[in-house]
Amino acid sequence: MTTQIFGDFIEELHDEVEYLKIGFSPNSVPLKQRWRNNGLSADFIADYLQAFFVGKQKNSNDSNTPIPARSKNAVKYIANELLENAMKFSDETSKYPTKIAFRLYSDQLVFHVTNSIKPQKVENFQAIIKNLTHEDPNELYFRRMEANASNENSTQSGLGLLSMRCDYSAKLGWKFETLQTNPPIITVTTMVCLNV
Amino acid sequence: MEIKTEDYSTTYYPETATVVCKGSLLLSGAEEYAPILQLLNGAAEQQPNRLTLDVKELEFLNSSGINMFTKFVINVRKKTALQVVAVGYEEIPWQVRLLKNLQRLLPTLTLNLE
Repeated sequence: MTTQIFGDFIEELHDEVEYLKIGFSPNSVPLKQRWRNNGLSADFIADYLQAFFVGKQKNSNDSNTPIPARSKNAVKYIANELLENAMKFSDETSKYPTKIAFRLYSDQLVFHVTNSIKPQKVENFQAIIKNLTHEDPNELYFRRMEANASNENSTQSGLGLLSMRCDYSAKLGWKFETLQTNPPIITVTTMVCLNV
Repeated sequence: MEIKTEDYSTTYYPETATVVCKGSLLLSGAEEYAPILQLLNGAAEQQPNRLTLDVKELEFLNSSGINMFTKFVINVRKKTALQVVAVGYEEIPWQVRLLKNLQRLLPTLTLNLE
């Protein structure tokens, strides 16, 4: 198995923190019909955060302080974007399920979304990632908005990952794994980490 | 003029020169957002001087939706006389962030954070 890592990737640690994991079978409903479920799953994950996240206890007096509302929106936004991307870019011929894991650390919230990717799309995606990790994200974000506005035919906005970095100060990382070569099955795990 | 589903609505009120966006916008891409962008651009055409964009009741917006709003304000840049006023809630950080990003693209945009 070949593995390639990009960005600030943090491995999925199977430790004792609280976590939620959801799997989506590629054999169920087609993408178009499933689109609405991304938002419902993202809502569910954000509700999970509200119910289970205790957070860092600075001192005994403020242990009940609720987390800022922005974190709930941030979690819903990021979960939804990651699921939208996974649904858009999965290789449906591979029959590989999409998985989302959400872990609650005392000072961090960590997402891992794993999905298959078409072998011919890997190079392009890795070029986008290299761009994203080597350039100033804010500059790239606004350049992308301008480019989208002047190109009537652009179907993908390309703003999702950039907005996570710029609007939510998220750390991003990726892991590509070739699970088998004939027929090829390649998966990509996108990691997003939010400091809370 | 109004676009309305059970999840969201976008309504143009010509008499007050206001477009109000409500609900959750989670559409799948530029094609699905096209009718809303058309409504916004149409409102900007009809209002030569001033247009208010009210997102206070917008609960959620995905990145394709951000893309739609940025396209709209970049289009407005061509109309030098049109003053856009964007209204959101100060205590909703993502609304503030969105509107400030729009203002960076359209420096004449006025922010009205309630």
